[in-house]
Amino acid sequence: MSTDVQPTDADAPDERAARALAMQASPEFAELRRTIRRFIFPMTVAFLAWYLLYVLLSAYARDFMASKVVGNINVALVFGVLQFVSTFLIAWLYSRYASQRFDPLAEQIKAELDAEAAPAATTTTTTTTPAPTASETKAAKDAETTKPAASGEAAE
Amino acid sequence: MTVDTILAAEASGTSSGARTLTIVLFLVFVAATLGITIWASRQTRTATDFYAGGRSFSGFQNGLAIGGDYMSAASFLGIAGIIALNGYDGFLYSIGFLVAWLVALLLVAEPLRNSGRFTMADVLSFRMRQRPVRTAASLSTIVVSIFYLLAQMVGAGALVALLLGIKAGETFLGMTADTAKIVTIVLVGALMIVYVTVGGMKGTTWVQIVKAALLMTGAALMTLLVLWKFNFNISTMLGEAAEASGKGQAFLEPGLRYGVETAGDATKTLISKLDLISLGLALVLGTAGLPHILIRFYTVPTARAARTSVNWAITLIGIFYLMTLALGFGAAALVGGKAIAAQDAAGNTAAPQLAEELGKEYAGNGGGAVLLAVIAAVAFATILAVVAGLTLASSSSLAHDFYANVIKRGQVDERKEVNVAKISAFVIGAISIVLAIFAQQLNVAFLVALAFAVAASANLPAILLSLFWKRFNTTGATAGIYGGLIAAVGLVFFSPVVSGKGVSPTTGKSLSLFPADVDFHWFPLDNPGLVSIPIGFACAIIGTYLSKESDKDKWAELEVRSLTGSGAV
Repeated sequence: MSTDVQPTDADAPDERAARALAMQASPEFAELRRTIRRFIFPMTVAFLAWYLLYVLLSAYARDFMASKVVGNINVALVFGVLQFVSTFLIAWLYSRYASQRFDPLAEQIKAELDAEAAPAATTTTTTTTPAPTASETKAAKDAETTKPAASGEAAE
Repeated sequence: MTVDTILAAEASGTSSGARTLTIVLFLVFVAATLGITIWASRQTRTATDFYAGGRSFSGFQNGLAIGGDYMSAASFLGIAGIIALNGYDGFLYSIGFLVAWLVALLLVAEPLRNSGRFTMADVLSFRMRQRPVRTAASLSTIVVSIFYLLAQMVGAGALVALLLGIKAGETFLGMTADTAKIVTIVLVGALMIVYVTVGGMKGTTWVQIVKAALLMTGAALMTLLVLWKFNFNISTMLGEAAEASGKGQAFLEPGLRYGVETAGDATKTLISKLDLISLGLALVLGTAGLPHILIRFYTVPTARAARTSVNWAITLIGIFYLMTLALGFGAAALVGGKAIAAQDAAGNTAAPQLAEELGKEYAGNGGGAVLLAVIAAVAFATILAVVAGLTLASSSSLAHDFYANVIKRGQVDERKEVNVAKISAFVIGAISIVLAIFAQQLNVAFLVALAFAVAASANLPAILLSLFWKRFNTTGATAGIYGGLIAAVGLVFFSPVVSGKGVSPTTGKSLSLFPADVDFHWFPLDNPGLVSIPIGFACAIIGTYLSKESDKDKWAELEVRSLTGSGAV
């Protein structure tokens, strides 16, 4: 591997970019994006709100935070420990969601992309595209009309 | 060692036996880690080995290493110290430091792993013009890492003064306390340079794994001993801590240190409360912008392994921060705030002092010496592992981002680039040593909070917008990084931290970085996050709209790669 392959070089002749553009426009990728965002965005808002509530109560609701729950254990301590509990819980929920709902979709799309990339890496002339899905074929056609793909870009 | 020093040391509660044992344990750790480092250097051939440990670590190993990279002197010494001296408020740090991992888990770890190679800037510059973005990202990486490095080295200095038990006017091996602190800082600096230059990411990762195991064991042992002392009744422990503090129930409630209410001074009260919120924001948003944490995600083969690493890290770090409660309140109850403040005004030595006290409680003076030595060695291990991670992150960025991609425009031999990274490690190490010598009286948790504020203001907006906002572009990224960086560092410079806090009523020393008679502060908050984080986001967004640049192809490539891992290295 060279020092910096620069897969990001703006002027690289770009089959990969064409594939990516096609994939990005496809319904299955939209589904993948929706699947992950549906979880991570609301959950981020939720845990940040829950944390900020704790910080604000620490600053402005001193009497409430000072009230005793049992013995010398007060609301402030319980609230703090609940932040730990919620963090563990969200991490577990996310991992479960991601492995059940997100990973299979991501794997499938990755396999499609890699299968498309493989022939391009070995041959420089052909335009063989192995068995793309229906949705993808349409997207790929759209992409090709806007940006003809140059060949010969090896996959990493 | 002269008879006088031994007597003096014993009088101060530190036997020469403890000193010798600490030094022996410390040398054992150093020898073991140097062995690992040399082994790692033989496995390090390519740039991927040096920067990313060959991406060969498992999720569990990396989870441990993340724990070792993250649970710093600030966590172990700083938080325990703040709880011991100010009670409940120290717990705010523990909570912020932990919850912050959800940002990393949900939004950053996996897409970053998929789309970058060695540094944070790899992701930021993916669809941007390389040179301006990498220059900015490299600068902010170095600033964050140096703030963080200072905290660790100051912690090391404070620790050694306690361990060697050197009081004013005495000497140890011909060194005064101040000289011994400086020698320690230099020693820590030298070791971290060796770990990084010789062992690269592989060596650094293993040092962090060993440290995580030691730290968790040490903290668990102390927690157990503390709880045992109170018959596992947490309420009793809290009650005794509150009583010993002389502050009563207020010691168990928020407000002794942050968000302090000053009767009859509404402005001062408001500022103090805003400072608390500012700190809270910086802590929770900073983690996912810390370069030395971000580069750890490159050491595993896949995004899924990155997710597993974060889950393990959250488990370890969560358990550890729960234990800081027992360490801090235990130190308050068993050692007492007065004894802790007398040793170190910022409280950084509370945990080792607690270790000594616990050892004495259970096994007499000899036991005290042994446990102090063990915990002190653990603390040194903690510091060394973290500083190595920080040095690696900053030197990687200097070499890979600035040297290879900005100066050489990507046309550089791999071997040469790694050599530049090693030279950078030397330079950064030397700079931190010098700066740390001047920052010695600051609380280490506080210094780390500043690093978090800079990370949250300069790095996080650019990372998130880069991964999730189609329109984002070069102008936005550079404006966000520079805007957040200048805002955070500038506001700290004009804050009471640097000047204008007056003198401490107990020690008579200036509470700010500058002498007490210098005062040029106009920004009222200690932590800049509340203002600088929104500035970082605003600059990134406004900057984006000021430029027409928008690369649809690159955005497609980044989005597809970051979500699926196709094309990821």
